[in-house]
Amino acid sequence: MPRSLLRDWLLLGPGLTWLALFLVVPCGMLLVFAFFERGVYGGIDYIFTLENFSRAIDPLYLSIFLTSAKVAGLAAVIALLIGYPAAYAIARAPARRQTAYLVLVMLPFWSNYLIRTYAWIVLLNREGLVNKGLAGLGLVSEPLPLLYNEFAIVTGLVYNYLPFVVLAIYSSISRLNPEVLEASEDLGASAPRTFWRVTLPLTLPGVAAGAVFVFVLSIGNFITPDLLGGGRLQMVGNVIYDQFLTARDWPFGATLSFILIGIMMILLFSQAMLVRKAQGEGGIAHA
Amino acid sequence: MPSPARFWLGAHLRLVYLFLYVPIAVLMVLSFNRAGLPTAWTGFSLKWYGALAESQAIINAALNTLIVAVISTVLATLLGALLAVGMEYRRRGPGLEAMLFAPMIIPDIVLAIALLSFFTLLDFTLGLHSIILSHVVFNIAFVCAVVRTRLRSFDWAVFEASVDLGASEATTFRRIILPMIFPGVLAGAMLAFTLSVDEFIIAYFTAGAGQSSTTLPMQIYSMIRFGVTPEINAMATVVMLVSFTLVLLAQRANKGVVGV
Repeated sequence: MPRSLLRDWLLLGPGLTWLALFLVVPCGMLLVFAFFERGVYGGIDYIFTLENFSRAIDPLYLSIFLTSAKVAGLAAVIALLIGYPAAYAIARAPARRQTAYLVLVMLPFWSNYLIRTYAWIVLLNREGLVNKGLAGLGLVSEPLPLLYNEFAIVTGLVYNYLPFVVLAIYSSISRLNPEVLEASEDLGASAPRTFWRVTLPLTLPGVAAGAVFVFVLSIGNFITPDLLGGGRLQMVGNVIYDQFLTARDWPFGATLSFILIGIMMILLFSQAMLVRKAQGEGGIAHA
Repeated sequence: MPSPARFWLGAHLRLVYLFLYVPIAVLMVLSFNRAGLPTAWTGFSLKWYGALAESQAIINAALNTLIVAVISTVLATLLGALLAVGMEYRRRGPGLEAMLFAPMIIPDIVLAIALLSFFTLLDFTLGLHSIILSHVVFNIAFVCAVVRTRLRSFDWAVFEASVDLGASEATTFRRIILPMIFPGVLAGAMLAFTLSVDEFIIAYFTAGAGQSSTTLPMQIYSMIRFGVTPEINAMATVVMLVSFTLVLLAQRANKGVVGV
């Protein structure tokens, strides 16, 4: 039917053309760059090579990938440990207050990332409020080195992404069928046992979604390691930045991006599989 | 649930709110500190707000940000809303879904260098226009997601009925679909505006050399990176209050827009 074809084209065409032109083509180009040699004065020589990939698994870059993964993993675990009980508390609050509580959690998430990160420079530096508070309480005699290290980066990442973790877990908990929990208690399970054996396993898709989200956004992060790591701790995002703006080695920067996106895709795919599996198991989590 | 557990959960939630809001509150309080330093309170003053209003660099950056955000929001809202209607009306394959999900999840730095390489290879002159082109990319995805959520509850039989009763598809779109999705479109636009106003890395890479296309986040970044100046707290306060207001308005216009 030509009419509906015209309609589809009018609806989908402009947006898809835009995304094809300014998302698919640039990202595709970047992936292709990974297989070429670097030009003498920067730029690209169109000679096929796999050398960028062998360079990427050089111990130097491998250790940067591992550091990034470690920082991102720590951020994800800590965000879960803080986020789960918070989401649980909101899900158990009176129904009419839950939305307000969640909006309050999400509000900082939608505000300026740079400023939220900068706030931690103010809090964590030697003269900052955290050190002043600790000294005031007589807990430390010397200011602690809280800024420009891994601790600062992990704190910043947890701070920035915690709201999303709470939201993801909350949506899992709020979908729990209360009858399943009642059944567990009627059958004599204690409250902790019900939590560990029923609630937690059934809310794992939310936990996985939250964890994968924090990990993926953290491992490729640039701003947080740049500002809170103070250049002393490099993560993949910073190295990619340097390859493009400082070293002018585009093919190698492209290769690192390629690997980063590969890692992210594997994680997102596994998470999607986990959700599918959980839904396949009789949908017990749904009321 | 036994009440001690409830008590500790409540206490934990309060601590989480403190964790989320104390850093922001500290910046806001410090923006009124006369000495401008985070070390000691030296009295109330509005002078940093005055300094902000007098700085030509900051005013230019704010104007640039406004231009980028307004134009990219209008374009992304138009394209994203149409895309949402198209996608919901005829369910599309996983390829399209991936294309719409990618801009939300791809590292900013990767999208930024991809766009920079693309523009450079085409010998495209960089400036505010290239920032706008780039911001539309991720904003389309967000607007589309918000509008699609709203359309999920739409009964397409109403659409069929309107067409069966003789209304043209264009009329049906204008009289039925548009009013129905309008709150979502409005909320999506406000969200897109907020995201564009706050976006740093992609703007930084696609702005090109020179000061003329510096945006507010780029200005904030250089203030943080190359010596913390006291005006930054005043600027942070203004920027935060603007985003909070916009996000709350978006939430009012269309429940669920901030994910809740």
